[in-house]
Amino acid sequence: MNLNAEDFQAIALTLQLASVTTVLLLLLATPVAWWLAHTCSNWRAPVASLVALPLVLPPTVLGFYLLVALGPNGPIGQFTQWAGWGTLAFSFWGLVLGSVVYSLPFAVQPLVHAFEAMGPRPMEVAVTLRASKWDAFFTVAVPLAKPGFVMAAMLSFAHTVGEFGVVLMIGGNIPDKTRVVSTQIYGHVEAMEYSQAHGLAGVMLVFSFVVLLGLSWFSRRQKVSA
Amino acid sequence: MVWKMRLFLALVGAFFFASAQAGEVTVAVAANFTAPMQKIAKAFELETGHKAHLAFGATGKFYAQIKNAAPFAVLLAADDETPAKLEKEAFSVVGTRFTYATGRLALWSRQPNLVDDKGEVLRSNRFDQLGIHKIAIADPKLAPYGAAAMEVIQRMGVQSSVSPKLVQGESIGQTYQFVSTENAQLGFVALSQISVDGRITQGSAWVVPQSMHTPLKQDAVLLNAGKDNAAARALLKYLQSNTAKAIIQSYGYAL
Repeated sequence: MNLNAEDFQAIALTLQLASVTTVLLLLLATPVAWWLAHTCSNWRAPVASLVALPLVLPPTVLGFYLLVALGPNGPIGQFTQWAGWGTLAFSFWGLVLGSVVYSLPFAVQPLVHAFEAMGPRPMEVAVTLRASKWDAFFTVAVPLAKPGFVMAAMLSFAHTVGEFGVVLMIGGNIPDKTRVVSTQIYGHVEAMEYSQAHGLAGVMLVFSFVVLLGLSWFSRRQKVSA
Repeated sequence: MVWKMRLFLALVGAFFFASAQAGEVTVAVAANFTAPMQKIAKAFELETGHKAHLAFGATGKFYAQIKNAAPFAVLLAADDETPAKLEKEAFSVVGTRFTYATGRLALWSRQPNLVDDKGEVLRSNRFDQLGIHKIAIADPKLAPYGAAAMEVIQRMGVQSSVSPKLVQGESIGQTYQFVSTENAQLGFVALSQISVDGRITQGSAWVVPQSMHTPLKQDAVLLNAGKDNAAARALLKYLQSNTAKAIIQSYGYAL
């Protein structure tokens, strides 16, 4: 396979981006999913729809408005400048922010399902045994919802690796900083370097297949043991 | 009564004659040429009765599509290399290539007075004090405008101070977005993107002299799919007419 140094840089950066995004997404998606799974509020439907929006919106639309929002006159840009971080477009953390938004539904949905499948009973029992709410959450709910967490993590990671439109829009294609595998492949294709594109695309294909294979094995094992 | 009948017959005859002559042509158009081409296609339809269907996109993508039997009759490329390559690989009709427009490069900022008319702002070593954190160019590997911008930067001898500030758009269209949303305070864009009727519409700009970079020739070519298409040949001829030339120039292209 004819991968060059820049291709390997792109692979490393992609893995780094996907890891950071996945960790942040799990932290963010857990309370959101918990609330969605338990609330009777009128806000449930609007919030659930808002979370699912990135599934429907074209990535270039999402990317363009993120670019506007991150800019010096956009709301996020105003905040980050006020906080003394400058503007986030064209930086690693800008990509992280974009990826978190883009992959949010892939983290939230499996967790909502897992929390709903658990039912109210285990938490009620834990509370009657005098566990505090937090204690019950970490010792009862989290272990019971483990398949949901695994699913959410794998989907978020894979989806971030496959991200293209958003990264292209807010990344600026800077080697070693914002040039990920998908944009690198795009660059090879546009520059008519088809053989290099094939090599990198092959790596991506194998990776994605393995992740999906793992997912379906995992969910099958869950069903058998349940 | 008789003259009315004759007029009617003449009109009917003219209609049938026109519809027998009117053809259709599907054209792949470089994204940077979108606005002028829409205008030219309208004028072309009015004058010849032929209908031009326009598809806009990146030249590299069109190249891949044409090699895989895309039904385009004509390509208006963003460079002169792709049409030459297509001809060499026998995907186009030999002897139909010509330069329909020459792009002009501009250093542009949304801020008034930031860019002077000689581009001296690039020589200043005080980018941070001037509030310039990012300078956008199109990817030099993919876009001729990006390669031209790099030539200008090198010719001015400012690589060392400019390079750390550079961000790359995948196309000149995206580069324009970076600067117009002020995520990049400065950028090399196409003059056609920022000027209307020879005037810069907003911010400040330096129109880079053509002597500072390889000419941004944009070539047109008749593709194999359009070989026997009269409308395709008519369109290529129309692009060299005075009406089309006037439209092309009004959008900031040289000829």
